[in-house]
Amino acid sequence: MNSGANPRRESNRDPASFRGRILFAIAGMLLLVAMLIARLAYLQLVNHDHYTTLSLENRLKVLPIPPTRGLVYSRDGVVLAENRASFALEFVPEKTPALNRALAEIQPYVSLSADQLSRLRSELKQRRRFDTITVKENLSEQEVAVFSVNRYRFPGFQIAGRLTRHYPLGAETGAVVGYVGRINEEELRRLDQGEYSGTTHIGKEGIERSYETELHGRVGYQTVEVNAQGRVLRVVESRPPVPGRNLRLGIDTRLQREAIKALDGQKGAIVAIEPATGSVLAFVTNPAFDPNPFVNGISVSLYDSLRNAPDRPLFNRALQGLYPPGSTIKPLIAAGAIELGLRDRRAATFCPSFFQLPGASHKYRCWQKAGHGSVDMIRSIAESCDVYYYALARDMGIDRMHDLLVGFGLGKPTGIDLPAELGGLVPSRAWKQRARKLPWFPGETLLNGIGQGFMLTSPVQLAHVASILANRGRVIVPHVVDLLESPQAGEQEQVHVVEAPSVPVHQEEAWNAAIEGMHEVVQGERGTARATGLDAAYQYAGKTGTAQLFQIAQDKRIDVKDITKQLRDHALFVSFAPLEQPRIALGIVVENGESGAHTAAPIARTLFDFYFALKGQDDASG
Amino acid sequence: MRLDRRGSLLSQVHIDPPLLGGLLMLCAIGLVTLYSASGQSVDVVIKQALRMLLGMACMIGIAQISPQRLARWAPGIYLLGVFLLIVTTAIGEGRGAHRWLDLGPIRFQPSEIMKLATPLTVAWFLRDKILPPRMGQIGIALAIVVVPGALIMEQPDLGTAILVMAAGLLVLFFAGIPWRLIMLAVGATGAMAPIGWLFMHEYQRQRVRTLLDPAADPLGTGYHIIQSTIAVGSGGWSGKGWLNGTQSYLEFLPERATDFIFAVYCEEFGLLGVLVLLAAYLLVMMRGVTIAVQAQDLFGRLVAASLIFTLFIYIFVNMGMVIGQLPVVGVPLPLISFGGTSIVTLLTSMGILMSIQTHRRFIVES
Repeated sequence: MNSGANPRRESNRDPASFRGRILFAIAGMLLLVAMLIARLAYLQLVNHDHYTTLSLENRLKVLPIPPTRGLVYSRDGVVLAENRASFALEFVPEKTPALNRALAEIQPYVSLSADQLSRLRSELKQRRRFDTITVKENLSEQEVAVFSVNRYRFPGFQIAGRLTRHYPLGAETGAVVGYVGRINEEELRRLDQGEYSGTTHIGKEGIERSYETELHGRVGYQTVEVNAQGRVLRVVESRPPVPGRNLRLGIDTRLQREAIKALDGQKGAIVAIEPATGSVLAFVTNPAFDPNPFVNGISVSLYDSLRNAPDRPLFNRALQGLYPPGSTIKPLIAAGAIELGLRDRRAATFCPSFFQLPGASHKYRCWQKAGHGSVDMIRSIAESCDVYYYALARDMGIDRMHDLLVGFGLGKPTGIDLPAELGGLVPSRAWKQRARKLPWFPGETLLNGIGQGFMLTSPVQLAHVASILANRGRVIVPHVVDLLESPQAGEQEQVHVVEAPSVPVHQEEAWNAAIEGMHEVVQGERGTARATGLDAAYQYAGKTGTAQLFQIAQDKRIDVKDITKQLRDHALFVSFAPLEQPRIALGIVVENGESGAHTAAPIARTLFDFYFALKGQDDASG
Repeated sequence: MRLDRRGSLLSQVHIDPPLLGGLLMLCAIGLVTLYSASGQSVDVVIKQALRMLLGMACMIGIAQISPQRLARWAPGIYLLGVFLLIVTTAIGEGRGAHRWLDLGPIRFQPSEIMKLATPLTVAWFLRDKILPPRMGQIGIALAIVVVPGALIMEQPDLGTAILVMAAGLLVLFFAGIPWRLIMLAVGATGAMAPIGWLFMHEYQRQRVRTLLDPAADPLGTGYHIIQSTIAVGSGGWSGKGWLNGTQSYLEFLPERATDFIFAVYCEEFGLLGVLVLLAAYLLVMMRGVTIAVQAQDLFGRLVAASLIFTLFIYIFVNMGMVIGQLPVVGVPLPLISFGGTSIVTLLTSMGILMSIQTHRRFIVES
């Protein structure tokens, strides 16, 4: 007899009713087991023949046929992304009796690195014995030939043809076209399993990524009959895949190359936009990298050398490089001043080479040490007088200045059809309170008026601003892809010109003054960049800018030669040409280029000359 | 007169040999079947074996803890589990369903904890009550069951919710709640079914429709059932032989390593193999029932009976699903299906049974 329990629990010590419940549960369980067995007997004994027949007939399998990825080519018809036939060595573990020996003996024909072998072994463990496993991709012609002759010695091994993405221009268009890479696990979870069932690669960067859906196409299927070993006997039915659409870019490779040449190895970015359509004509970031090694998995050493290079070639300066815009925003402020009734074009400000806020001793310097004297709006742009804009910024105030600059598309992404664009920064009271936990100081308004201080813009935004100026306030979203083309149906779809709300400057006089000032910059008698523009055969407009990297102490003069190259100012230039019916707008940044007028402005002139000559040739040849 | 524990060397370390033997046999059957179902992947089999070892370690570990101590810990673990469930629903991640809690290196489903904590807590609550319990006590016990059940259903994970609630309700059943109450509950559930239909997710409704007429959508939702029925039926009396199941090898059978592994087993080992498997399960079941009957206090009896019959619910729901008698619910076949957490949970529950069995005290003549 069991004992030792608390007497208080005596009432529930009697297990009679518990035993009753247990017996009931066992009875219930046996009844359910009997039901299972009855059903199993019905399936496996009574209807065994029926299901055996079904299982023998059950030999139709649906296999995916991946679509061919769309091509990418340029405005002038140069292929920028294509699919190249390549050969890979594969094998099926089940059909390969002595794998280790075979891998050793295959070495003289197809050399395999230790890296490839170890990857192969880990894959071997994860895959099923009847799956096909790739040993080596991108075999050379010699490897294919030598292996084929000796193939009889390696049962289970075979050479398979496939298509590999290739970028003929490599680094020259890498920043725009981007690249594809193997689908990773995170993407696999996100993707439509059906659509990607036969696809191995997916766009990772550039338009390969932003136009993934269009480039990929639609998967096809074939229903095949297989025998009991799974071998395909015949194709019963098939639905062909719909190949991906070809993309035509607005980029002209000749202009693109000329822009790369003009940068002459300096770090920086150049973006050219056709103002009327928003089509991107050139998109250069320097230094750049070759996207081809990324397609089939870049080696660790190459990737590390790219990532750790001091010039940061993986960094897309055109899209993600953020620079203070410097004086390039002066025409914008000037146009806003007329619209807001703060200045007319003739109102003069006296520049004694510095500006002071009432009651403060700090002197805000003009770049012109001698002072500009009496300056009106046109001169203020042409000669980039800082004092004029200190005074104007004070009158406008940060709130109105913020709204004006945001109206020009600054401080937010332009909406270009490339992934991971950065929006830069247009500071405001609210931003400073949020980000810095500090109130706005009046002196910061003055600095913002000449594009210094907190403000940041990308080269794409600078080109966008140039294009908006050329369009006199119409904001057209820039786009890299001009045309989508379905290779089968042969139909073409022009990318729509997307217009954003226009700049809140509506007076013609405001645009006239801003553009006339910019014209004076390059082709006026005292313009900051007159040296580059005076002898041009066409009229154009531009504005230089210099983004200060560090502040020189008050009243101190420093010889430029004493400053190391990395600390020199960035040279900026926004420009469009010709003055009437502009055809090209440019945003240029040359890192550590010191002066917009000397380094960046000549690049614009070179590219304009080249582009117009090119157009002349193209028109002549019809 | 003194109290003593008695038994073999194994029971000194709180292992129950018959139960262990039955479980090892099931693990062996599981690994052999999995090797075939995974397309002869050694990797998968090793992974599964490692999980079984982990489960065995948990089992032996928990068997060292006396049932009295387990009873004391139960409410705390229960509250922690409910808290984690709420956190998971709020921030958890899963493929469309919030089931997993990601704690850096550890990722687990809090609902697994509730599979054990819920019956333990109901038994803890009833352990010193006069049986049969009064209405108020039944109400509290039901609340203990419904709270985690509702939270898990919210994730939504109907299969696990049903199992967690079933484990708790089984405790109440064995505590001797009146038959008329049980009848009332069964009747009410039947009457509520049409209303429940309205609250079901569309995919759940689809599964019920599929059960009634699998041929209606042969390539969609009916595909699983049609293919698994063909696999089972074509196995016949003695099966097609190990590694020879065409349905699974030609990839007609979906989920063949996890929820539908029983179909692979039926195809390759036939009805004869199924009877062997059922016998192995029944061996474990009957040992569990013996432990429940021999348990010395109410807590041990209720917990042991609830856990062992929950195991049966797993088996029945999974097999019933594979052979087309029950709707498709994500319930694995214990110790056979590929999958981590459920194996560990199951073996841990078997450890609780061992604890109940080996911590008994006997009077020894001095």
